[in-house]
This record gives sequence, structure tokens and C-alpha cells, in this order.
Amino acid sequence: MIPDVLIEYQSEIWVSIGETFIMVGFAILAALLVGLPIGTFLFLCRKGQLLENQIAFSSLNLIVNLIRSFPFLLLVIFMIPFTRFVMGTAIGTAAATVPMMIIASAHYSRLVEQSLLDAPKGVLEAAVSMGASIKDIIFKFLYVEARSALVLSMTTSTISFISYSTIMGVVGGGGIGDFAIRYGYQQFRTDLMIYVIIIILVFVQFIQYAGITLARKIDKR
Amino acid sequence: MITLHNVSKQFESFEAIKDVSLSIKSGEIYGIIGASGAGKSTLIRMMNYIERPDEGSVVIDGEALDQVKHKRIRHIRQSLAMVFQGYNLVGNKTVYDNVAVPLELSKVPKRDRAERVLESLRFVGLETLKNQYPGQLSGGQKQRVAIARALVNNPSVLLCDEPTSSLDPNTTAEVLDVLKRINERLGVTIVIVSHEMEVIKSLCQRVTVMADGQVYDTVENNPTGVQHMEHSAAGFVERLRSGGDANDS
Ligand SMILES: Nc1ncnc2c1ncn2[C@@H]1O[C@H](COP(=O)(O)OP(=O)(O)O)[C@@H](O)[C@H]1O
Ligand SMILES: [Mg+2]
Repeated sequence: MIPDVLIEYQSEIWVSIGETFIMVGFAILAALLVGLPIGTFLFLCRKGQLLENQIAFSSLNLIVNLIRSFPFLLLVIFMIPFTRFVMGTAIGTAAATVPMMIIASAHYSRLVEQSLLDAPKGVLEAAVSMGASIKDIIFKFLYVEARSALVLSMTTSTISFISYSTIMGVVGGGGIGDFAIRYGYQQFRTDLMIYVIIIILVFVQFIQYAGITLARKIDKR
Repeated sequence: MITLHNVSKQFESFEAIKDVSLSIKSGEIYGIIGASGAGKSTLIRMMNYIERPDEGSVVIDGEALDQVKHKRIRHIRQSLAMVFQGYNLVGNKTVYDNVAVPLELSKVPKRDRAERVLESLRFVGLETLKNQYPGQLSGGQKQRVAIARALVNNPSVLLCDEPTSSLDPNTTAEVLDVLKRINERLGVTIVIVSHEMEVIKSLCQRVTVMADGQVYDTVENNPTGVQHMEHSAAGFVERLRSGGDANDS
């Protein structure tokens, strides 16, 4: 059932999958801890929104755009001095999480900003009329109404993070993508590469399915 | 209770409210009628300071809102509950949870909430729907849930912006009946904005007629007053009869 070549390389494959999990996991963490607040703030600073602030919006928007429009491979290389400063080294899986976390924050923040448009304006107005604080408006109204869109955005982001993680081999980050390149491509084990790609595809399909199912389940509107 | 002193409001160069003064007494049902675009929503939103006047002042129970901190304004808003044309319920919360929100905001302990939520829902006759989501309800039911939500914190005033304008005549009557009971049984002051003369006539004690951001007239709701109101609102009524934009948003 399981191809011999996968069994032959199974310990390397498990290590690679582990590395991918670490890189993507930290990216998701950064998306939630940094991307979500930044995206929320971007949304609230928009014209006509509660914290309307043209200057704050434009500057933050510019930063997010810059990071997102940087070709990721170049961003990783460009960030090496910063990564080395933060982590003490620029090489390895731990160091690779740094650029992953940066791109993840920018990526998810943009999707969050769009997702929050899903909360009807009238509901936010009702919140203000009840004397809700900004914090209450965000957690008791905004996120509640936009939760399906936020989950779908996280699904999209996670899939992008997996894709981003496949190039982290350039800084010794490892991961399943790097495994496919090193063993499958460079050692001409095309069959191995194809099996690894199938593993990634199955994984991405699963995430997509889980995200859509969850988003549907929590949407009561 | 609520006094507006010479309030004005501009949107860019457009003068939405021009030097309006009015005073609403505790315990009354006060109507504001006018055509679409007259400035009614802007005016009622000034009463809880969702819309800040450029000039003039808003005084609630002797407190001028331009003199107090934002935190105090948020506190005052909890006693000036608002009901909207579009209901504005949280679609992802059940009826029960929607009604409980104001109690959460004012930090009522969880164990004290249930009784008050159910009492509020009972008042509007929707206790049995407590586990439904707004999307499963009719327009009239949604508005009654919104009213229950507005009532749950024992407000002293209910600000209603076109509460029945999306409803059919039967449901409108139900909602107006609930508002009337709130005023009579709970002594809550009600301000109601509408472009429908019938709604105003069936509910209000006093009525202000608005047009083009200004107060045209304020009358008692009795035969002489109504005659007066219909006369002074002639232009606006005319527009309604000729099938103009009677709908508001
Ligand atoms: N936020 C806003 N920005 C620009 N114009 C506005 C805004 N709010 C209201 N207006 C304008 O002010 C006028 C009065 O609006 P509104 O108070 O909603 O009237 P009404 O409720 O009587 O229909 C309208 O012409 C409307 O287009
Ligand atoms: Mg209006």
C-alpha cells in the first residue's frame, strides 16, 4: 500500500513534516497574535469606521503592502541580518520561523481587514449606541459577526504559509518542500518527489475542507 | 430629560441640521416626523451623541454632553437605548444572547442576567424563541427582540429611529403596541422618528415636524394639533401622496 521509497525515507520525511509544522505553526501563531490585531486596527482606521484615522491607516497599509509585495524568497534573504540579530543565527528551522512570522502577519492582516467588512455597519452602530467600549465592540460584535470570514481567511493564509515554507531550504529551514527538492529533484528521485507533492496536496485539501466546514458551522446568519 | 439647544450639523458642505432646539419631557412619547432626508436620523442620533453636533449642545438630565468625558457618555448611552429600522441584531447570537449583550456590557453578573433577559423577552412576547437565531425570525419578531434588548438594562429613554418602516401594517401595530406598553407600564420616555403620519398619530403626545434640517413646528397630538401638523407638513405630505420617496433608510 505505502510505496517502498516512502518507507525507505520515512524518518527523513517525518523530520521534514515536523519542520514544516514548526514553520507553519509559528506563522499561524504570528497571524493570530500580530496579524489579527493589525488587520482589526486597519479596518477600524478606514474612512467612516470607528477609529477613522487617515495617517495611521496609510502608514500601516503601506508597511503591509511592502511586505506582501516583496518576492518572498528575496524577503527571506533580505531579512538575514535581522533574523541573525533576533535569533543569534540565520540558519535552521528556528531561524526560518522569523521571516515566516513576518509574512504571516502581513498576509493575514490584509485578509482580516477585508473579512471584517462582513460585520454589518448597523450592528456596530447598535454596539456604539449601547455604550460599548472599543474592546467590547471588537470582541462582542465585530469578531462575532465576521467569524466565518475570519476562519476562511485563516484557511487561505495557512495554505499560503505551507507554500511559503517550501522555499525555506535556502536558509536551512528544512521542511517537506525542501525534502522534495533535495531528495526528489536533486537526487533524481522523481517518484519520491511526486509522492511528497501528493502528501502536500492531501494536506492542503484537508485544511481547505476543515476550514470551510468550520466556517459553515459557525455561520448562523 | 433631553434638550437640544440650537444644534447644527454639516456633512462636508451640506447642512443636515440647522439650528434645531427642542425639549423632551420625562415620561412622554415624542414624535419627530418629516420626509426622507429631512435630518430626522441625524437629529435622534445626536440625542445619544452618536452624532456630535458642530454647534449647540445636547443636555441629558441636566448634563451637557459636550462637557463630560467619553466614558461618561458611554455610561449615559446605557440609559438611552436605541431601536433601529434595520433591527441591527447580532446575526451570530441567539435571541437570548442578543438580549443579554447590554447586561454584559454593563457588567451585570452572569447569574443575574437570565432572569432579566427572560423578563424582557416575556414583555415583548417572545420568550419561546429565545434559542432561535435572528435569521430565523420575521421582521416584526426581530424588531421585538431589538426592543427587548433595548429594555433589558432598564433605560429611562427609548430612541426609536423608524422602528416600523420595514414592517407590514399588522406587524407595525404589534410593535407600536409594545412601545405603548413600555411607556405606560414602565414609564420609559420614548422618542420616535418616522415618516409615517399614522404611526405618529397613534402613539405620540407631542410631535415635531422637520423639513430640510429644520424644525417646522411642534404640536400636541390632538385634533387641533394634528390639523396644524398636517398643514405645516403639507409640502411633505404632498410628496408622500404623489408617491415620492416615502421610504427611508
Ligand atoms: N454621514 C453622512 N455623511 C454625509 N451625508 C449624510 C450623512 N448622514 C446623513 N447625511 C445626509 O444628511 C441628510 C439627512 O439625513 P438623515 O438624518 O438620515 O435624514 P432622515 O433620517 O430624515 O431621512 C440627508 O441628505 C443625508 O444624505
Ligand atoms: Mg432616517
